[in-house]
Amino acid sequence: MKVRVKFFAILRERAGTAEVVKEIADGSSVADLWRELQKDYGKLDVPGIRMLYAVNQNYVGVDQALKDQDEVVFIPPVSGG
Amino acid sequence: MFRVTDQAIDLQKMVDYVIDPEAGAIATFIGTTRNNNEGRQVLALDYEAYPEMAEKELARIGTDAAKNWPICRMAILHRLGPVQIGEASVVIAVSSVHRDAAFAASRFAIEEIKKTVPIWKKEVYEGGEVWIGTQTGQRLPDR
Repeated sequence: MKVRVKFFAILRERAGTAEVVKEIADGSSVADLWRELQKDYGKLDVPGIRMLYAVNQNYVGVDQALKDQDEVVFIPPVSGG
Repeated sequence: MFRVTDQAIDLQKMVDYVIDPEAGAIATFIGTTRNNNEGRQVLALDYEAYPEMAEKELARIGTDAAKNWPICRMAILHRLGPVQIGEASVVIAVSSVHRDAAFAASRFAIEEIKKTVPIWKKEVYEGGEVWIGTQTGQRLPDR
């Protein structure tokens, strides 16, 4: 299946891209996707960072199972305001 | 009205938006960009958002505020892109029948924005720049 991943802020800079469509195994979770992305983007892992996870613009847990065409965003610590 | 924008925020428009004939109070909160952080001189700021989700979360804050306090109308507008020192990065306006609800709801809104809305601030210093929050980690939402 394919999912769309969007990168923002420090993760966008580390990935060197804002968006990618990624082919992953059926049944993969958000955590599985993150592991796969780290193989593609060596600098993606920021030491000590605590991320949140969003699928289709809703916060989810890292164990959330993904579906084909999901939009997945790894959310670094927010700092609006 | 719960939006992000790359334009300067017009405070009067925000106030006008929440005017309500039943309201006896309007509270506004303006977050402004400051020229210093943790002892360092900040030269410039830049905000980035996951815009669709940011607006959805801002609307969620409005819904939660309306559940918690008897407010009439609420509007939140957050600035994106480069913001000059001293300008408004976020404006919250809320009207209510009596003042307590407007004060409480605006305080609630800014605290929630800082916890759950996918917006990020980069500060540029002499000789470097940093995405704020990345070093300090963040609280997970209660949901």
